[in-house]
Amino acid sequence: MKMPQWLQKIWVTVPVITALLFTTVLLMAFGADPIESFGAMLDGSFGTQSKFLSVIAFWIPLFLCSTGLLLTFKAGLWNIGIEGQMILGAIAASWVALTVQAPAWVMIPLELLAAMAGGALWAAIAGVLKSRGKVHEIFGGLALNNLAIILTNYLISGPWQPPEGGSFRGTQPFQTAALLPRYAESRFSPLSLVLALAAFGLVAVALSNTFWGLKLKALGKNARSAFLLGVSSEREALLAMMFCGALAGLGGAVRVLSWFDSLRQSISGGIGYLALLVVMLAAYRLLWVPLVAFFFSVVLNGSVTLQLRTQLHSSLGGILTGVLVLFVLLFGNAGNFASGKRKTADE
Amino acid sequence: MRVELQDIRKYFGQVKANDGISLVFEPGRIYGLLGENGAGKSTLMKILSGYQPSDSGQILLEGQATAFDSPSAALAAGVGMLYQDPHDMPPFRVIDNYLLGKDRRVRLAYREAKEELAALAGRYGFEVDPETYIDNLSMGERQQLELVRLLAEGAQALILDEPTTGISGDQKDLLFASMRRLAQEEGKTLILVSHKLSEVQELCDHVFVLQRGKLVGETAIPCANEKLVEMMFGKIPPRQARPELPPGEITLELRDVTLSTYRLTVENINLSLAAGEVFGLAGLEGSGQSLVLQACAGLLQPSRGEILLDGSDVTQASYHEMQDYGTAYIAAGRLEEGLVAGLTLTEHMILAAPQHSFMLDWEAARQNTANRIERFQVVGTPETLADELSGGNQQRLLFSMLNEPLKLILLEQPTRGLDVRSTNWIWEELYHWRAAGSVIVFISADLDEIIERSDRIAVFSGGVMSRIVDAAETSVDELGHLIGGQA
Repeated sequence: MKMPQWLQKIWVTVPVITALLFTTVLLMAFGADPIESFGAMLDGSFGTQSKFLSVIAFWIPLFLCSTGLLLTFKAGLWNIGIEGQMILGAIAASWVALTVQAPAWVMIPLELLAAMAGGALWAAIAGVLKSRGKVHEIFGGLALNNLAIILTNYLISGPWQPPEGGSFRGTQPFQTAALLPRYAESRFSPLSLVLALAAFGLVAVALSNTFWGLKLKALGKNARSAFLLGVSSEREALLAMMFCGALAGLGGAVRVLSWFDSLRQSISGGIGYLALLVVMLAAYRLLWVPLVAFFFSVVLNGSVTLQLRTQLHSSLGGILTGVLVLFVLLFGNAGNFASGKRKTADE
Repeated sequence: MRVELQDIRKYFGQVKANDGISLVFEPGRIYGLLGENGAGKSTLMKILSGYQPSDSGQILLEGQATAFDSPSAALAAGVGMLYQDPHDMPPFRVIDNYLLGKDRRVRLAYREAKEELAALAGRYGFEVDPETYIDNLSMGERQQLELVRLLAEGAQALILDEPTTGISGDQKDLLFASMRRLAQEEGKTLILVSHKLSEVQELCDHVFVLQRGKLVGETAIPCANEKLVEMMFGKIPPRQARPELPPGEITLELRDVTLSTYRLTVENINLSLAAGEVFGLAGLEGSGQSLVLQACAGLLQPSRGEILLDGSDVTQASYHEMQDYGTAYIAAGRLEEGLVAGLTLTEHMILAAPQHSFMLDWEAARQNTANRIERFQVVGTPETLADELSGGNQQRLLFSMLNEPLKLILLEQPTRGLDVRSTNWIWEELYHWRAAGSVIVFISADLDEIIERSDRIAVFSGGVMSRIVDAAETSVDELGHLIGGQA
């Protein structure tokens, strides 16, 4: 059975429409007016300048993590540990912010470098566990995510607790020189946007125009053949993990140095896991990644206003994005779905 | 059973695998189905055996139009197929495998089944121990078991796909004798899919020849080999003579090499191979010859002994180091171990090139690929994906990626599944390398190929290497005995 041309062309919109329908039904089941609800969501993201800047500020670390994941997905790795890598980046940046006393032009580069090193280190552990210890990166990554959370809790309730006494809430606010310069009283730092765009550009070039990118692609499609063709699979996989970890760490630094002003509990806000969904929803296509990440940011920030206006819980935004990814995975490959049987060609 | 195919069509995208084929197979006869790679033989037989549906056309059994949606439905209607790789369950005992899909009750009737199996096997001269595990059987024995199972389930028409690949000479004789008996005494319809003309000549009454999805000819057997080849290819491919070459310096040496895997241990291998030598490794699959090849490639470190390449110790060298020293390894599974499905030919060429720059020059790479494609006669463009190529073209692609100079070329089944034309091309290429001083070590299941192409031959049987025999002075019969473990 073959799908007609016109249906193949518009197939990408099918999961989006299905997810919207599903959410609409859900809204109606809770007795809310769908039009009003979606309106509130949009208003919450675009209604005022500060709301919009908030969407952008949330978007940047998500964009950084998704960009890093493009490398690991290309190499066929499931870097679930990105959440922990982001947290380690936040911890490393906080460490510099709390211990070093220097002007901003020294502090900020130092913090960002420390964050990248921290994320890369956490990713390297997962990478070495995989190549040397035969621990799948999903399991290694999950364990390291938990460790990163425990480490944060220990730091904010122990060595880094505020002078007024330990609570599980966070460290004291960092010195002003340690924070990223922010735009007009918002949480948005223009510097972080520049960094994210530069990272995206570098990854785009690496994937399409460097020998390293080609090696990752071969590795992701068939590791055995790639090895036989001369690709050092262990080294390249580790490098991909570490680059991804460095970008996630940078995302973590943006969280502590501009979204917040201190190291907090659940500093990552689940952005690492969200980034996995972003890349899957974008179907691993480079240019879709920033757009999909932005869409996620709009939905999630908008649902806060939704809660205020309609008394529906703000997790509705999470439901919408989650359902959307499920439908994309379900309908993802039009070819697979149409023909239940595997194609067999004549040998 | 009279089997009639009417106007069978099956398209894969643009490729017309079967383009309106009509054939009749009469009971009590043995038919040969011939054709080069991609001619549509396998597709047609998969349709007849219920493995895949046709796009249009019908199958008539004894004049009744029939449609199957699965191999078991086809078997219930009386059509059974013996695949190249037997479809059995290696961790099972013979008797469990025999009952699988046959006895559907909760409590299995083992005693009756054993008697039935013994009786059936005896009728065709096979010896089967119902208590052995399939794992321990040779390819030939597994095939016999599968044949018995098909017959027990009532197959009236039997399709055999390249049944002599990987079985010994004695097993082949036994198989052919039982096939004749099935046709002549029991009136079954037999279809042999093969591209070995000698087998077709020996066994068949009648052949059908396919070319590019169409029936292009049929003839009664015996018939001149040249006529069959002409029907298959349109023209007779010239057969190159094997050039004589004086032996060169010793290039590769294995001294008391012991290789251990959890499955098999190969002990005390001693070999010294000279530049320009072609060395054939024969034996049933899994007898140890692949391990030796992998050890030479640096993919398997010996647990004892040493390996020398041009006099220097490479025992502990990794695969990538061996590549740098001038070793090429081409494994049997082209798309599993060698090519990357989803990567273009250009991308393959870049990966395989000896020098790399950090930034890629796509235009130059594309140009280089176009040149190599032309020189190696690969049917494709620089943008074609490796998995879109046919088997023969995949092998050409692998050869086009070799970089000079090469001291050692290691090949696993280099011509498996390839037709005469591609096979000749491969060997012509290898003879060029040989003339340039490379040592060529290859594994083949085809004893005729081993004898024809090698200078010297070693036979493996259950992890033991035989004495080394001179290809010019041996015969298929002698090798067959060595494969069976008799010195």
